[in-house]
Amino acid sequence: MTDITQTPNAPVPSDKPKGGSLFEKDPRTKRRNAAEGRFKMYGIAAIGVGLLMLVVLVTNIVTAGMGAFQQTFLELDVTLLESKLDKKGNRNIDDIKKVSTFGYAPLVSAALESEVEKLGIQTDLKPKKMAGILSKAAMAKLRNYVVANPDEIGKTVSFRFLANSRVDGYIKGRVTRASIANDKSISSEQLDFVDQLIDAGVLYKAFDPDFIFGADASDQRPEAAGIGVSMLGSLFMMLVVLALALPIGVAASIYLEEFAPQNRLTDIIEVNISNLAAVPSIVFGILGLAVFINYMHLPTSAPLVGGLVLTLMTLPTIIISTRASLKAVPPSIRDAALGVGASKMQAVFHHVLPLAAPGILTGTIIGLAQALGETAPLLLIGMVGFIASNPPDGIVEGFLSPNSAMPAQIYEWSKRADPAFYERAWGGIIILLLFLVTMNTIAVILRRRFERRW
Amino acid sequence: MALSWLLLILLALAVLGYFIGRSRALASAGGDSRDLHSLPSYYGYNVALTSLIPALGLLVIWLLVQPMIVSSTVTSLIPDDSISEGSNRGLIMSEVRRVADGLDGAVAKGALTEQEARNADTDVDALTAKLKDARQVLTQDLTKPILLAAQKHRVMNAAGTVAMQVSVLLLALMGAAFAYVRTHKDFRARNVVEQGILALLLLAASIAILTTVGIVLSMLFETMNFFQMHSWKDFFFGSTWAPNFRGGSELSILPLLWGTLYISVIALLVAVPIGLFAAIYLSEYASGITRAIAKPLLEILAGIPTIVYGLFALLTVGPALVSMFGDGGMLGVGWMASSNAVLTAGLVMGIMLIPFVSSLSDDIINAVPQSMRDGSLGLGATHSETVRQVILPAALPGIVGAVLLAASRAIGETMIVVMAAGAIAKFSGNPFEAMTTITTRIVSQLTGDTDFASPETLVAFALGLTLFIITLGLNIFALYIVRKYREQYE
Amino acid sequence: MNDMTRMERTVNSKAIKIAASDVQVYYGDTHAIKDVDVEIEDKTVTAFIGPSGCGKSTFLRCLNRMNDTIDICRVQGDILLDGEDIYDKRVDPVQLRAKVGMVFQKPNPFPKSIYDNVAYGPRIHGLAKNKAELDEIVEKSLRRAAIWNEVKDRLDAPGTGLSGGQQQRLCIARAVATEPEVLLMDEPCSALDPIATAQVEELIDELRKQYSVVIVTHSMQQAARVSQKTAFFHLGNLVEFGETGQIFTNPVDPRTESYITGRIG
Repeated sequence: MTDITQTPNAPVPSDKPKGGSLFEKDPRTKRRNAAEGRFKMYGIAAIGVGLLMLVVLVTNIVTAGMGAFQQTFLELDVTLLESKLDKKGNRNIDDIKKVSTFGYAPLVSAALESEVEKLGIQTDLKPKKMAGILSKAAMAKLRNYVVANPDEIGKTVSFRFLANSRVDGYIKGRVTRASIANDKSISSEQLDFVDQLIDAGVLYKAFDPDFIFGADASDQRPEAAGIGVSMLGSLFMMLVVLALALPIGVAASIYLEEFAPQNRLTDIIEVNISNLAAVPSIVFGILGLAVFINYMHLPTSAPLVGGLVLTLMTLPTIIISTRASLKAVPPSIRDAALGVGASKMQAVFHHVLPLAAPGILTGTIIGLAQALGETAPLLLIGMVGFIASNPPDGIVEGFLSPNSAMPAQIYEWSKRADPAFYERAWGGIIILLLFLVTMNTIAVILRRRFERRW
Repeated sequence: MALSWLLLILLALAVLGYFIGRSRALASAGGDSRDLHSLPSYYGYNVALTSLIPALGLLVIWLLVQPMIVSSTVTSLIPDDSISEGSNRGLIMSEVRRVADGLDGAVAKGALTEQEARNADTDVDALTAKLKDARQVLTQDLTKPILLAAQKHRVMNAAGTVAMQVSVLLLALMGAAFAYVRTHKDFRARNVVEQGILALLLLAASIAILTTVGIVLSMLFETMNFFQMHSWKDFFFGSTWAPNFRGGSELSILPLLWGTLYISVIALLVAVPIGLFAAIYLSEYASGITRAIAKPLLEILAGIPTIVYGLFALLTVGPALVSMFGDGGMLGVGWMASSNAVLTAGLVMGIMLIPFVSSLSDDIINAVPQSMRDGSLGLGATHSETVRQVILPAALPGIVGAVLLAASRAIGETMIVVMAAGAIAKFSGNPFEAMTTITTRIVSQLTGDTDFASPETLVAFALGLTLFIITLGLNIFALYIVRKYREQYE
Repeated sequence: MNDMTRMERTVNSKAIKIAASDVQVYYGDTHAIKDVDVEIEDKTVTAFIGPSGCGKSTFLRCLNRMNDTIDICRVQGDILLDGEDIYDKRVDPVQLRAKVGMVFQKPNPFPKSIYDNVAYGPRIHGLAKNKAELDEIVEKSLRRAAIWNEVKDRLDAPGTGLSGGQQQRLCIARAVATEPEVLLMDEPCSALDPIATAQVEELIDELRKQYSVVIVTHSMQQAARVSQKTAFFHLGNLVEFGETGQIFTNPVDPRTESYITGRIG
């Protein structure tokens, strides 16, 4: 339809305007466009920095932590000499138990010596020094085995022992000959010996399930430390949080959203909830210490106390998200229920609550995830510094006996002197983050799947 | 454990009450549920709840009040002159509790008989030996008044527990009986049950208030104790933080506050520009896809637990900074001696706060009406001119609120500073030095072996209360600003 | 479809400011504007009328490329301002919008002082060399928008504190301060009371002396009062375009007639 301009009596366009042609950018516009470009770059740079930090953090966690899932093992055939373990020869379990872990050391040394001979390795090391490459946990493992199977005494049994953390570090590249110059627990000759064992194929790195399922170990045995027991501690805490925070949070939200009259009390409650959501977590720790431990004399370091503290901390999160999902249920649903003669309570419990359930669940999972990663309050109620060396004996014990929790265990490891524990700490973080990612993914899926548009 | 049995019995009573209440109601209507005022189950719930709720309430109150009464009775048994120099009543009372627990433990192990444990004329030394044999922890040598007090403590507690069990069970039975008697076909069971449930809902909502009250009271009492032992002038206006468990500590909050604020300022210097520019880009420039990818990715940073950031600061950022600014570092300046430094903690805290600032600012920028943007663009402003000269000024109050909320987060943050800031309290402007913060000191004063009668421990409560008031003030102020701002555009 | 109306256009005598031909606008998959041809004259008020959703506002926003800010919006066809295609790649929308100003449906003063509101455009476009010149531009624009007398004593007061009619006149002052050649007005009176509406309409008539004004309006009475030319849009089509008097008294197209007599709309 461009024929208009072609018609003879079409008006001539007016003269070139004062501002000049639109096709030529004036210098000022160029300057302004450059400023625009720069401004946009700042934004991209800001997002870039943020994302870069995320990438650095994740890469760092993965590279530093993956090592914790693998440990160096030495395979050894140990002859369980009757002369050392059961001098009387009557297989009396009490007599066998009297032999301490030190009593097993000669067996291991001897086994190593014969292994070296069998493999034809040339070394000047004394057998005792050779055994020095093994973890102190090796003797304990041997002893546990013998105590559990006294009938095996006198036989030769094949074991897979943990190597000590220096050897493990040497294999993983953390420890070098230069770095052990002043290290009393391992020598350069021992590392040569380790190299020979690697060549012979009896010393190798393998997946270590004990890191995930095992118990914490003392300062001298980083290679044997696991996160399993503190994982149980976290589990019991989360059970407490779930059992308390969900019903209380939902009840509070129903009251505030559906029944609360407009009055001062309601206002005070609402202000309180929004402020509690922003109170530093350490303050909840102080509350827990003062009220649950000092006043009510609940046991220190118990998951029950940790759970109670985390409940108070998580409640505002759950209340806020539950109220949002109750609010999202349109009033027409309530009207419909009231219209057929249901009481307000029935309308809420029979219709509104089921419709809001997916949203409540999502909020609860997110609240739980938040509680799972929280550390600061646990410091004050004694869940740090406790060595979680034994899993709890039962359900009640699980709630009441001292335990650690995953983040507290990680913090504990990060404080220990031996850098070998740092690898455990990063590995622990991988496990913790896997839990959090799983929980958040479930929350997102729930939200996607059940989200309803009214 | 007696308490769990008591709870189980109460629950069993409630379940039983449900069924008898329900059947009595049906019986009163001759088996025709249509004649009842409410559905039969409501009559059951009525009996169950009337039995359970008051009994549980009594139980909770009893558990809270009994220790108070016992303590106040027992403390009067200890004469003033038996409190030695350098000690005080609070210390003695915790000693009494320890001895009482020790006696309990010994009896449970069979090392002592109940008679021996109660015998007021027993020989103190012999008993001490027996307790030590039974591996019960005793820190101080047992004295006669303490032993007597401890025995009284045990007796009162035992009597109190029995009385509690009896009265709770009685109340539960009475409640059930009362409701059972009232059950009749014309009884408005639904209304009564709903009233009860409403009361429970209100109670649940009030837990928020109870928590706040609990926080304030628990810290207030100990803070008052602290100020009795230590001058408040030194706490608020002194210049040195030097706790000394042998006494004569200087405990001033000011150096800690300085460290806290310094680290927070560095964190905000990192988080605010990055977070704000990210928010501007995401809300003003980014295409739908970029936004859908970048926003959740950034928010992952907010979901990472602080222990992870702490470890990141301690093991990665700190050493990296030392390798740059430390002795023989890349820059060859030798400014930084240890990886624990204000800068380390500040930087990492800043990273943690980026998503916090960006998502709050994003909300706020999005709340600026589109007509503002149109007005500015329609005048020939570029997008960045629109953002800088129209949107940001319009959003300023909201952004200030967001920054204040972030500041409150930074001040209350614990793990990063515990792991990466250091333990030295001082006034210094050097970001490469280690400094300490309020939260770090709370943790260190309250962990390990603590003695709740020394100012060095109690100062943690004063610090906690101050921290609570500072963050609460910041939050209330920030939320007020943000709310005012939102109202402006609604 | 425009055959009937084309001959009407030839009666004009003034210079053509904007010539649009064969304009198509798409919102995603929706074809919002179809085959629109229109010529907007200088120093004339042109009214766009039509029922809601007919595309008149969309078309108006094409004239200074405000639609660029909407991601899913695509414009095809030629729109020439003084013979230059404003959708040409070389054209910077920022420079274009300085020439083609816009006033919106809802008064949208910035949360700044009255002075800063008016000075905003001149400042970003660098129209004033110094403060005195800027003062002069602000005063001239406020006078031109017939609001000077009401605000001259409180130029530092926030623009949001004015009444609705004053706010809209402030927005007009803000738009004329950048010395545009064309002024687009998108239902400028729809949020105003009758008295304020009358003031703004009077102002529009004044503005005609210097600018080419295009006004979108819902009210046929308003179109009749303020415009010389009227374009009637229906379902994305330009149905009829011609002298205002002729459109309202003697519409050619039956749809125009139906709308004017109130049967559609």
